[in-house]
Amino acid sequence: MSDFPEQPTEDEIQSLVDGRLEPGRRVEVEAWLGANPDAAARVAQLRDISIAVERAYEPLLDRPVPARFRALAAPKSVSPVWRAAAMVALVAVGAAGGWFANDAVSPAAGPNASLARGAVKAHQIYSREVRHAVEVPANEEAHLVAWLSKRLDAPLRAPNLDAEGYRLVGGRLLPASDAGPAAQFMYEAESGERLTLYVEQNRAGGETAFRFSEYDGVAAFWWKDGPLAYVLIGQGERDRLLTLARATYRELNP
Amino acid sequence: MANRSFELVETHIPSLRRYALVLLRHDEQRADDLVQDCLERAISRWHLWRRPNNLRGWLFTILHNIYVNDVARAVARPDVVEIQDYFPAMAVPPEQADRIRLREVTAAIQELPDTQRQTLLLVTMEGFSYYETAEITGVPIGTVMSRLSRARDKVRAASWGETHESGRSVK
Repeated sequence: MSDFPEQPTEDEIQSLVDGRLEPGRRVEVEAWLGANPDAAARVAQLRDISIAVERAYEPLLDRPVPARFRALAAPKSVSPVWRAAAMVALVAVGAAGGWFANDAVSPAAGPNASLARGAVKAHQIYSREVRHAVEVPANEEAHLVAWLSKRLDAPLRAPNLDAEGYRLVGGRLLPASDAGPAAQFMYEAESGERLTLYVEQNRAGGETAFRFSEYDGVAAFWWKDGPLAYVLIGQGERDRLLTLARATYRELNP
Repeated sequence: MANRSFELVETHIPSLRRYALVLLRHDEQRADDLVQDCLERAISRWHLWRRPNNLRGWLFTILHNIYVNDVARAVARPDVVEIQDYFPAMAVPPEQADRIRLREVTAAIQELPDTQRQTLLLVTMEGFSYYETAEITGVPIGTVMSRLSRARDKVRAASWGETHESGRSVK
């Protein structure tokens, strides 16, 4: 090495302070600082800043993680259920309410608000029908699914919710919020309570978080997955719909 | 895969919360809202199967962008919370405070312009490389270096002033 090390650049000083200067050059710069006490004093203080930052802010890492974040760590299952559950849990706490509370299209909601609104409307109309609730009954399920898949130009599935106590009643074709085609699958519990799964093309694409909202006694849980957007709608408690939403998601992503 | 991804995200929550808290000058509510927005956005993008290769950097980039676009603009700058009030364990013995000047340094950091503050915190508190810091803040690496240099000199001047301390000459 040279006896008269080259004066370091400002970038080199910063790198030295951060311990990121390559070792050979570091030796040279340290040597130069030995002959330049003012610069050395500055470097020492810049290092003290880093020490202060570490001391001051390191303890902030140990704060207990609040429940709304701990939800991320909740169930440890293997499948996409985990994904769905974590999303639901994460979003349900902070984002419930939102656009649906006043039935207005907030700028943040955009097309999603009309997606859920259309789905809820369809739910309210058809789930009240006793004799004409569906166009194609469940005993023609294969035909129903093939037909709706063709119309929506995407591979649909009618999730099996038997284990949750809901049997498939059938389904129908609907106009979607953007006047394209949409599909509705209807399910029924032994009590007669009905659940609908509304599906339309995910034309907008983009941001797809899981969302939950309640509106007019109806609970809606919606999400987007690849080419399709889904809204699951039912009566009653959020937690109950959450269970059903998880089951639905699992069925759709086997 | 998704399962593992969430476990990985989870490990970054403490540092994301810390960074947000310091950025938002210890406004805990806003900081956690920011982190939640960040995680929601991250998760929704996973949903589209876009997989980040530098998870930590990617999460900080998302948080940075939300902060710059939504939060910083909306937040009227609150009073700086004394960090010792916030975290009592930080009270340090006087002889240590003498040299390290914890209180002065943290106060000075909070007074920095946003871009310098972000750069300094990402490099020193979070240990990001200069390159990563440039990626996160969306500027060339030269800008990172000059922001870092200016940030440090401002903190130094505010914390040690023009005076001579314990035999060490300043300036």
